[in-house]
Amino acid sequence: MHMMKADVMVDIHARNNHIAEHVHEYLAKRHVFAVNLMGAPGAGKTTTLENLLKHLGVRGYVIEGDIESDIDTERLRKQQIAASQINTFGACHLDAPLVHNAIHTMQFEEPGILFIENVGNLVCPAEFSIGEDIKLLQVSVTDGSDKPYKYPLAFEKADIILLNKVDLLPYVDFDETFFMHGIRHLNKKAPVFKVSGKTGEGYAEAAAWIKQRAGF
Amino acid sequence: MHEYPVTVRIVEITSETARQKRGKVRRIDLVVGEDSGFIGDSIQMYFDVVAEGTPCEGAKLHIEGIKPQLRCESCGKYFERKRFSFQCPFCGGDGEPTEIGKEFYVKSVELEVEDEFPSANASSS
Repeated sequence: MHMMKADVMVDIHARNNHIAEHVHEYLAKRHVFAVNLMGAPGAGKTTTLENLLKHLGVRGYVIEGDIESDIDTERLRKQQIAASQINTFGACHLDAPLVHNAIHTMQFEEPGILFIENVGNLVCPAEFSIGEDIKLLQVSVTDGSDKPYKYPLAFEKADIILLNKVDLLPYVDFDETFFMHGIRHLNKKAPVFKVSGKTGEGYAEAAAWIKQRAGF
Repeated sequence: MHEYPVTVRIVEITSETARQKRGKVRRIDLVVGEDSGFIGDSIQMYFDVVAEGTPCEGAKLHIEGIKPQLRCESCGKYFERKRFSFQCPFCGGDGEPTEIGKEFYVKSVELEVEDEFPSANASSS
């Protein structure tokens, strides 16, 4: 019996990333552009999804990620939006194997945009690639303007940021300068669109940006 | 909860190395950046339970934490961020995020390996 040391140097995310690449290839072959929709619970992710789909003018596909329940999926189905449900049963984020299983149950008949609504959480979803083309971060003025400082990774990794509930700005102490200052230190490129799920403002512009990025 | 599936991956990765070398894992060196999103203490808590019945059972998990660093856009120096600030302590410039502090990988393992004795045929030839 003897002891020996072996170098491993293996990234813990390597397998997840490998499956994420497969998901991305599978969707790209079908000309489906994938958006990973992230945000805290109650930030308005499903409302944003409904509003973006109205303005896109291309075929929309949806995967709903939740710990439990299919409330959001049913809500979308009532509006004739086909959605596939993933329940993580306790896990706080979607990962590539879960999304891989979900896309293989879906039919992608024509080119379009797939929105994958992640579990409501501002921390963990940013850490896991799920085969997306872009990460869309949804924050709202009621979340507070300190969020870029408290949850830097989500802001750093976002490709587009939507600031929701701007109709409530007169009623809440949201310091927009402080908020934007934090974002710009973490992320110089991501555009920030001010939107309101209540009035519908701002979504046409955000949808146009996504559409252009997707190449439609 | 968040650390459970990654602890399973750590045990899988290191068990695979142990199987290749036909040994048992005695120590794992894991690198966890403080901005990786994973908590070393929590991984440690799950480790013994996950390792049971695998080549990692009874192994010591050693976690090296790495403090995140920003890089100053003006003077290029690296520094640790203070709360609610991105300001460089050297020149007052603005810091931008770097990959330092986001590490999350298995660096190495120490294995207990059976000695290989030459077979009777091999020694007689």
